[in-house]
Amino acid sequence: MGKFIEVRDVSKVYERGKQKVEVLHHVDLDVEQGDFLALMGPSGSGKTTLLNMIGGLDRPTAGSISVGGQRIDQLGANLLATWRAAKVGFVFQLYNLMPMLTAQRNVELPLLLTKLSSAERRKRASIALQLVGLADRAGHKPGELSGGQQQRTSIARSIVSDPMLLVCDEPTGDLDRQSAEEVLGLLRALNADHGKTIVMVTHDPKAAEYAKRTLHLEKGTLVERAVA
Amino acid sequence: MGILLNVVLLLVLAASLAVWVILPWPGAVVLVALLAAWLVLTRRGRQAGSVANVGISTLPQRLGASAVIVVGIAGVVGVLVALLAMAEGYNQTLRRTGSADTVIVMRGASASEVMSVLDQNSVTLIAQTPGIVRDAKGEPIASSEIVVAANLPLKNGGADEEGSVQLRGVGSQVWALRPQVKIISGRRFQPGLRELIVGRGAARQFAGLVPGQEIRLGNQVWTVVGTFASDDAMESELWGDANAVADTYQRGNSRASVNARLSDPSAFGAFKTTLESNPQLKVDVATTLDYFDKQSEGMTKVIRVMGITVGAIMAIGAMFGALNTMFAAVAARAREIATLRAIGFTGLPVVVAVLLETMLLALLGGAIGCLVAWLLFNGRGASTLAAGTVGQLSFALQVTPELLWTGLKWALAIGFMGGLFPAVRAARLPVTAALREL
Amino acid sequence: MKYMHLIWASLFRRKTRTVLTLVSIVAAFLLFGLLDAVRTSFNQAGQSANGAQRLQTGAKLSFIQPLPQSLGAQIAQVAGVKMVTYANWFGGAYQDPHNQVFSFAVPPNYLDAFPEVEVSGGERKAFEEKRTGALVGEQLAQRFKWKVGDRVPLQSTIFPDQQGSKNWSFDIVGIMRAKDKKTSGFWDQLFLLHWKYFDETTPYNRGQVGWYVTRVNDVNQADRVAKAIDALSVNSDHETRTQTEQAATASWMKQLADIGLIVGSIMGAVFFTLLLLSGNTMMQAVRERTSEIAVLKTIGFSNRGVMAMVLAESLLLLLLGGILGLALATTLIPIVAGASGGMLNLPVLGADSWALGIVLMALIGTLVGALPALSAMRLNIVDALAGR
Repeated sequence: MGKFIEVRDVSKVYERGKQKVEVLHHVDLDVEQGDFLALMGPSGSGKTTLLNMIGGLDRPTAGSISVGGQRIDQLGANLLATWRAAKVGFVFQLYNLMPMLTAQRNVELPLLLTKLSSAERRKRASIALQLVGLADRAGHKPGELSGGQQQRTSIARSIVSDPMLLVCDEPTGDLDRQSAEEVLGLLRALNADHGKTIVMVTHDPKAAEYAKRTLHLEKGTLVERAVA
Repeated sequence: MGILLNVVLLLVLAASLAVWVILPWPGAVVLVALLAAWLVLTRRGRQAGSVANVGISTLPQRLGASAVIVVGIAGVVGVLVALLAMAEGYNQTLRRTGSADTVIVMRGASASEVMSVLDQNSVTLIAQTPGIVRDAKGEPIASSEIVVAANLPLKNGGADEEGSVQLRGVGSQVWALRPQVKIISGRRFQPGLRELIVGRGAARQFAGLVPGQEIRLGNQVWTVVGTFASDDAMESELWGDANAVADTYQRGNSRASVNARLSDPSAFGAFKTTLESNPQLKVDVATTLDYFDKQSEGMTKVIRVMGITVGAIMAIGAMFGALNTMFAAVAARAREIATLRAIGFTGLPVVVAVLLETMLLALLGGAIGCLVAWLLFNGRGASTLAAGTVGQLSFALQVTPELLWTGLKWALAIGFMGGLFPAVRAARLPVTAALREL
Repeated sequence: MKYMHLIWASLFRRKTRTVLTLVSIVAAFLLFGLLDAVRTSFNQAGQSANGAQRLQTGAKLSFIQPLPQSLGAQIAQVAGVKMVTYANWFGGAYQDPHNQVFSFAVPPNYLDAFPEVEVSGGERKAFEEKRTGALVGEQLAQRFKWKVGDRVPLQSTIFPDQQGSKNWSFDIVGIMRAKDKKTSGFWDQLFLLHWKYFDETTPYNRGQVGWYVTRVNDVNQADRVAKAIDALSVNSDHETRTQTEQAATASWMKQLADIGLIVGSIMGAVFFTLLLLSGNTMMQAVRERTSEIAVLKTIGFSNRGVMAMVLAESLLLLLLGGILGLALATTLIPIVAGASGGMLNLPVLGADSWALGIVLMALIGTLVGALPALSAMRLNIVDALAGR
């Protein structure tokens, strides 16, 4: 049985005008199911790029990526979209909620792509909001929520279609200490109690402590430092 | 923004519009001169100028949005000027047909020449009335005329399609009476014969009206012998000898009107009194200028109203487009404007600058609209069933300088209305909030 | 339509901007509604099923030339003719020679040719029996506040009585109503008086008829019957020209103005500027929402799906504004028609105009949304999220 996530010899080259920038060099990475991995590194190290590829948002220039047995580097744009809808949840630094929708409607968004009835969608969204402790704020728009609450809404949205993998890009980058701890605690609970595999990019060592293991990226290559 | 401010602004808008509507163009020139002086000579003015300069210099970055204002207003002005030009052309063609020293005498209470019937006695009496100029032979320059309609095939109609053209039977004095009528091909018709001359406008509308051709009036054959031009409503008519026409139409000796030339315009009063005090006659007397003026009134008004209505609705659309664009422009430049205010520029220069920018764009749009209307429509031919006649009237659209000024006026008004609220908003942006908007 | 909520919310993200754009769209389609009503009323005047069965016979010489009354009996003998009637132009005016009243002097059987006009049986009989009786159209009666039983003075601008006075008076015995306002609306403005009374009172008519109206048995025979009628007077001093009512009205309208061209040109200008305005709004809207569109794609919305949503948004914008504009036109049209004092006879905004309007909304909506939708489809997730 292979690993849940298998990254083999992945490189990524960007072309900016005439210049070619190699952001990732021959990266190999394995992630077990149920793992909580933190990716750290200075800016420009390629950690977000690697994260994007694991989440199916971007494709490697060379190498292969397999998630849950599926070779996602071989999927076309449409199939990738369908795969993402079913298998991955995203959490961003800037929450990226729709400002004109309520929290409830924001969380329901991924379910619009399924064949569920409107009542079913509402139910599942409510459950997700309950899970993140925002059941009482379901009718509020993002403008009426604090940073931490918005991020928790974003997390609720990321788990509403019950994906196996959560991809988080600097989830606490814009939050104060207390909200950050709430959000990280939530992520840990999702990993420990609900078995979600989480790959998280962060530059904050304190945030990395919530993960099970940490890997470092420097100039496009992985440097492993084990957690004590 | 507070309700009070909005109400005040609306009142300012309404008042400015009211003044602007009645302002003649010298007034506008004075306003522009005053504005230019303010911009150059006062401190606030110079501030406004520099803010406006910055705005205008960044216009190329906002081409799409600016195009909205320019094109929107160009559309309004173009359509407005075109429709008003139609009314103007129609009106002018009819007015040109009359003059202050020729008169038309019809039966009393006739709405128009076509409805008037004068018997032979009346016609003779009228022609002998003092006041009418006499020619070298001592004959009064008076033409008793009969006006009827002829059904003739249209030039660009279907096989069977006929239109109605006004046929005027005229007296022998008609050439002295209407010297503006010139034969441009062929010759004059001969009295007593079934010969016609056709006006240039009629020849354009109807088929077969060429010298040498024969046409059928009812079951009678008439010959076209010439074409005439007169640059007025008569050009849309066919002319023949009154006796021949009356015979064909079985009118005997009755005529529709007597048209005569007076010695000069001042003789009209006495002439009119003489005729109206004659108990044997029941006639209406008017100068031909007055007569044609009145005839054109109704239709001209209809076309003008249509033009203004269409223009007004389009203007509302353009105004909201301008509001949209300027609000977005102000929002996009919120930081620049707030920075300027933080430096010390007060509200007024900012308001003036935004307004200036909007109105310059509006002016450009208006100019383009006027140019397009003038290029496409000035002199273009049109025709319609003229009121008070029984035939097609050909006329040409006239894009006059007054109309061009009206177009520009509208453009500037729309620009002002679309720019005032955004300008005031720009001036009232809270300085700190804008700086925070990163 | 589970995406409706999302599309609606996206459209009204910036309320002010959307509302301002909507007003412009409303203005454009209001204008379209008004102008198309004018255009349709021109096209449809005289085009009715009943009209197809009727022929108009006038003097070939000109439409103001009268015909002999004896011709009527001859026309009735022509094969295929169901009935014949006639009318004379009275040239009526009320109180002021410029207040034109459309009035015809007709024989008692005139209305038999026009089954689309509603008159109560009792009123029709009263008209037949009263020499000075008159039937007036509903709107005409309303305009001058006439009621059945009133004695009204009417001037004729053309025909005086024996004493030379142009003032006539009539007793109103009934009201006429057009069943189909679209094609026969002018009946509401008509004034019918007795031909016999007219002919006997004015010395200028001398038993002549203005024009004949003939009803044919079979619509398909209309042309043949028309030719047969004209053959009756060939080479006489009153040669006739007979046309179907449709053809006669159409050629009249065509001479009045090329309405289609005028309306088409104006609307062309209007919709061009509207395209520009809404296009700009939509482009702005999509440009502002790049990160949101990117997020939708990360959630799993396909490129095509996102493109479809932007197109749907643009269509929604146009439909909202357009339908509102047409609805406004529908309410305004009766007011405009009333204000013109009966000069303009505008029908209610018909299904045809609505259909054309909706097609235009869809077309403009698609054009306006095309570029923004394409840009949304092509949006690169990674670049957009990174703020590039």
